[in-house]
Amino acid sequence: MSALLELKNLVKAFGGLKAVNNVTFHVEEGEIFGLIGPNGSGKTTIFNSINNYFPITSGDVLYKGKSIKGLKTHKVCHLGIGRTFQVVKPLARMTVLENVTASAFCRVNTIGQAQKEALEVLEFTNLTGEKDKLAKSLPIGGRKRLEIARALATKPEFLLLDETAAGLNPSELDEAIELVKKIRDNGITILIIEHIMKVIMTISDRIHAINFGQTIGAGTPEEVANNEAVIKAYLGEEYAQS
Amino acid sequence: MTKRNLALVILGIVFLVFPLVVRSDYYQHLLILAFIWVLIGSSWNLLAGYTGQVSFGHAMFFGVGAYTAGIFVTKLGISAWWGMMFGGIVAMLIGLFVGWVCFRLRGPYFALATLAGGEIFRLIATNWESLTEGMVGILIIQTFRSKLPYYYLALLLAFACVYVMHLIMKSKWGYYFVSIREDQDAAESLGINTTLYKNVSLLASSFFTGMAGAFYMNYMAFIDPEVVFSLHYISIMAILVGIVGGVGTIMGPAVGAFVMVGVQETFRSAFFGLAPKWISQGHAMAFGLLVVFAIMFLANGIVGDWSKIKRYVFRIKPSTI
Repeated sequence: MSALLELKNLVKAFGGLKAVNNVTFHVEEGEIFGLIGPNGSGKTTIFNSINNYFPITSGDVLYKGKSIKGLKTHKVCHLGIGRTFQVVKPLARMTVLENVTASAFCRVNTIGQAQKEALEVLEFTNLTGEKDKLAKSLPIGGRKRLEIARALATKPEFLLLDETAAGLNPSELDEAIELVKKIRDNGITILIIEHIMKVIMTISDRIHAINFGQTIGAGTPEEVANNEAVIKAYLGEEYAQS
Repeated sequence: MTKRNLALVILGIVFLVFPLVVRSDYYQHLLILAFIWVLIGSSWNLLAGYTGQVSFGHAMFFGVGAYTAGIFVTKLGISAWWGMMFGGIVAMLIGLFVGWVCFRLRGPYFALATLAGGEIFRLIATNWESLTEGMVGILIIQTFRSKLPYYYLALLLAFACVYVMHLIMKSKWGYYFVSIREDQDAAESLGINTTLYKNVSLLASSFFTGMAGAFYMNYMAFIDPEVVFSLHYISIMAILVGIVGGVGTIMGPAVGAFVMVGVQETFRSAFFGLAPKWISQGHAMAFGLLVVFAIMFLANGIVGDWSKIKRYVFRIKPSTI
């Protein structure tokens, strides 16, 4: 195993507010790496720093040992880093198949090939039945899966999943967990942000917890679950002491 | 053959035979104008309707194409037909500059810049008299006295343009354009170089519009800045053609071109001489009303809301369509 992605002392400041403050971790090839933290703790900002939605303030992001700091977002995607959005961004007035076909063009050039790959991805993400519907007509569960399907169609080696389980009902949750495991079994390394403990604790190999942009704990799911700082951040002072 | 293709073939035959049956120069002239508008409307639609980058200044590209052809005659002494290709290319270069400046920003900057750009070029053409003859305009001698050659060339251009649009929208470019329109952030994260593809769309759009301008020069044999760089008659009309016909549809601007040229001519001629003359002053208001009507009842244009129209006209229940 080797580090696929490495964050080194990442700092992202919005004016005086340090949304991410000196975070360092690495994700190893083939693992599912969980990133947790209370609301507003800077998780999505870390994602946006990795695929360069905005320039980072200081620190470095290494992918396969090379710095990808300052690389344009679309180039990051071509390197093999796919991502989904917490606030889903379906291409509303395109059909599900067209959504995924558009992203399959990342690796192929002809419409025939792109469509073929899109159909495979739709099969994989269990969206085949929805393929001719407009993306805006999908319910939230479908939209979350569409996010994943679109990211997968760009053939990533490394996938950033931003709260793909939020807003799902219990049976959809189990499906989502299965899907994430299936993606990993296909050899794709995953960095996942999740609030739902059932999801993050069952699928993660390792977890990194942050609060107010700073690291408060890291390790295996059990270690993090028993970490005092993490309990304090989530449940408050009293629980940590008892 | 599908029903749709059959309809297109029949339409093609009708257009081919039309000038041989209807020998009136007047009606041939109207159709030639409509074909030119098919070209401009389709180009505008590629950029605004499919890529989501609304241009308020397509007169810029149209006028530059027309003036390129005109200046070829007055300054270089070569045929204005050369302008057909070079007019498109010069318009593309202008487009490249506008895109290079504006497409790094998001929001309304592009729309505002094109609005200003059209006016800037109108003023340049008015004042740079040594090159453009200023308000005197450029007058050339028409190559053909008959309208037939112009008619068939315009028909060919219109069909070619619509077909090229169709091909583009079935390709990687088309998927990328629509992705950019729908969500630029998502598009970026899917590996789409949004700045590049917005420029690609603009270049294709400006090329065809410039070509239309050069054809206009050849056909009308007279241009002046107030005509070809007109905000009112070209830039706004391009938007109307798109909106009325159907933004983001292949056939929309083609249909819109015929409707708008029809409306324009109806008013210009004061309902073909049947109404009092002052009616012709009301065409701007008629355009406005038409847009209000289109937005209220046919937000997707004639083509985009075709099933809705069918429902009203033939009184078919929605479920049976």
